[in-house]
Amino acid sequence: MQKGSVKIAGYDLRKEPEKVRESIGIVFQELTLDRDMTVREILEYHGRLYSMPKAQRQARVDELLNLVELEAKRDVLTRYLSGGMKRRLEIARGLMTRPKVLFMDEPTIGLDPQTRIRIWDYVKDINRQGTTIFLTTHYMDEADQFSDYISIVDHGQIIATGKPWELKNALGQDVIYLETSDNQEASDILKKLDTVRGVRDKSKGIIVMVNVDGTYLLPEIMDKLRNGGIKIRAVNLKKPSMDDVFVHYTGRELRDTGTEKAVVVKRGGR
Amino acid sequence: MHKGFLTIYWRDMLRFVRFRTLLFTSLVQPALWLAFFGVAMSNNFDRLTATMPAVPGVRAVGYLTFIGAGVIAMTTLFTSLFGGTVLLFDKNWGLMRETLSSPLPRIHIIVGIGLSSVTKSLIQAAVILVLGLLLGVQFFEGYTATQVLVSLLGIMLFIGVFSLGFLFLSAAIAITMESPEGMQAVITLLTMPFFFTSNALYPSNSFPPVLRTLSTINPLTHLVSGIRYFAIGSDFSSIGIRYTYTQGEAITSFLALLAFAAIMFLIARWRFTKVTVT
Repeated sequence: MQKGSVKIAGYDLRKEPEKVRESIGIVFQELTLDRDMTVREILEYHGRLYSMPKAQRQARVDELLNLVELEAKRDVLTRYLSGGMKRRLEIARGLMTRPKVLFMDEPTIGLDPQTRIRIWDYVKDINRQGTTIFLTTHYMDEADQFSDYISIVDHGQIIATGKPWELKNALGQDVIYLETSDNQEASDILKKLDTVRGVRDKSKGIIVMVNVDGTYLLPEIMDKLRNGGIKIRAVNLKKPSMDDVFVHYTGRELRDTGTEKAVVVKRGGR
Repeated sequence: MHKGFLTIYWRDMLRFVRFRTLLFTSLVQPALWLAFFGVAMSNNFDRLTATMPAVPGVRAVGYLTFIGAGVIAMTTLFTSLFGGTVLLFDKNWGLMRETLSSPLPRIHIIVGIGLSSVTKSLIQAAVILVLGLLLGVQFFEGYTATQVLVSLLGIMLFIGVFSLGFLFLSAAIAITMESPEGMQAVITLLTMPFFFTSNALYPSNSFPPVLRTLSTINPLTHLVSGIRYFAIGSDFSSIGIRYTYTQGEAITSFLALLAFAAIMFLIARWRFTKVTVT
């Protein structure tokens, strides 16, 4: 930490680092499981690190193995688990101590869609039980669907924060994609309209962000362009997605360069 | 009291017992030293020294008995010096993040694996001792049952403190190094001077002065002397040389080992405060 202050679960990171450590759980991006310990031992070790009493530890292990559906693998060395199982075990471990805040660094990366859905189910479950979750992800649809708050991080800076709908609203009501015979000219014409919030270039066409219901505005736009002598080759109308929000704020397509990601916050409780 | 170090101890012992090959080789290797090197050298030395007059009034023991203590000490040295390697692997594979981000005070990591190193060393020493007795090592000759018990206790204390010292050294190296190969090289290099400037395999009385000084400050020498004091006695002769080792000297040796362990502990603790979770 270079400057500023951080407060987690009511504790100041600088003044009470031990209290903070006790209140948080972490699921790291890379796998950090000992290959030579069994599933149960991994959880047991974690509980012991946090000084959980024995009875509580055992009850919690049963409960969590049930939650992440790994009861059958209880006494199997983690080296024999599949990628998805390892992830689930790590999530279970992160929850072992019932942390008030759980940090997850891209928990669903590299997993098949089915496993991703299941992991999100667990996360929602935990969240309902009162754990606040901080999660980083490259999957904007996940961010959109599951979060209460989203922050977009680019080059280590938070460049936008808000509820998903707030962020999307910033882009207008609808997004229209057009491919025309003269994109530059079309862009100039449309920028003059009050109902148009902004126009952005794409490789072959333009993106038009509009303030009103696009279903009714689209015919008007097409008429305007035709009157200006511009031929329209392709049209698409959609609601703004988190992907659009992301591109809007970072100014580029989502690439896996590691400098940009969304931090998702899901508050504990219903 | 926080019992976190027991958690670290539990995990390390779990792995020690789980790796049957590792467990097996770590027990067989010292036994082989004794069985091959010990027996072979013993025959040579006994022939070379056959013509030398025995020291009158002093119990003479064979070379095998002489290096029996040396092999136990040497094994403890190797086991302890390599004992920290697990920390390097934990660090490199990201396993240590979990431990470091937990509320466990870091000192418990050092203490925990220190204790597991002591346990491993004691198990090995016991195996070598039994095997040595079977091969003809004459330890505890003419001792009463109580004397044997006291001697065993003394040997265990010496081994325990010595093992802690070298484990702390090993832990400090492991937490500082980046690659297992580098660590392997450093440790192998370290074992040489400790091993050969000690009195484990041969008497240090006739060393040149420089080597003799090194031998005197070498913890391994103190451990070997301590084991011989308890297992053979305070006055005996072997390969034509008389050894006397008073109770005072034994206590000095023990204090020297304690000091060594304390210094190494401080170094390890200092190195551990430098570790950051990334």
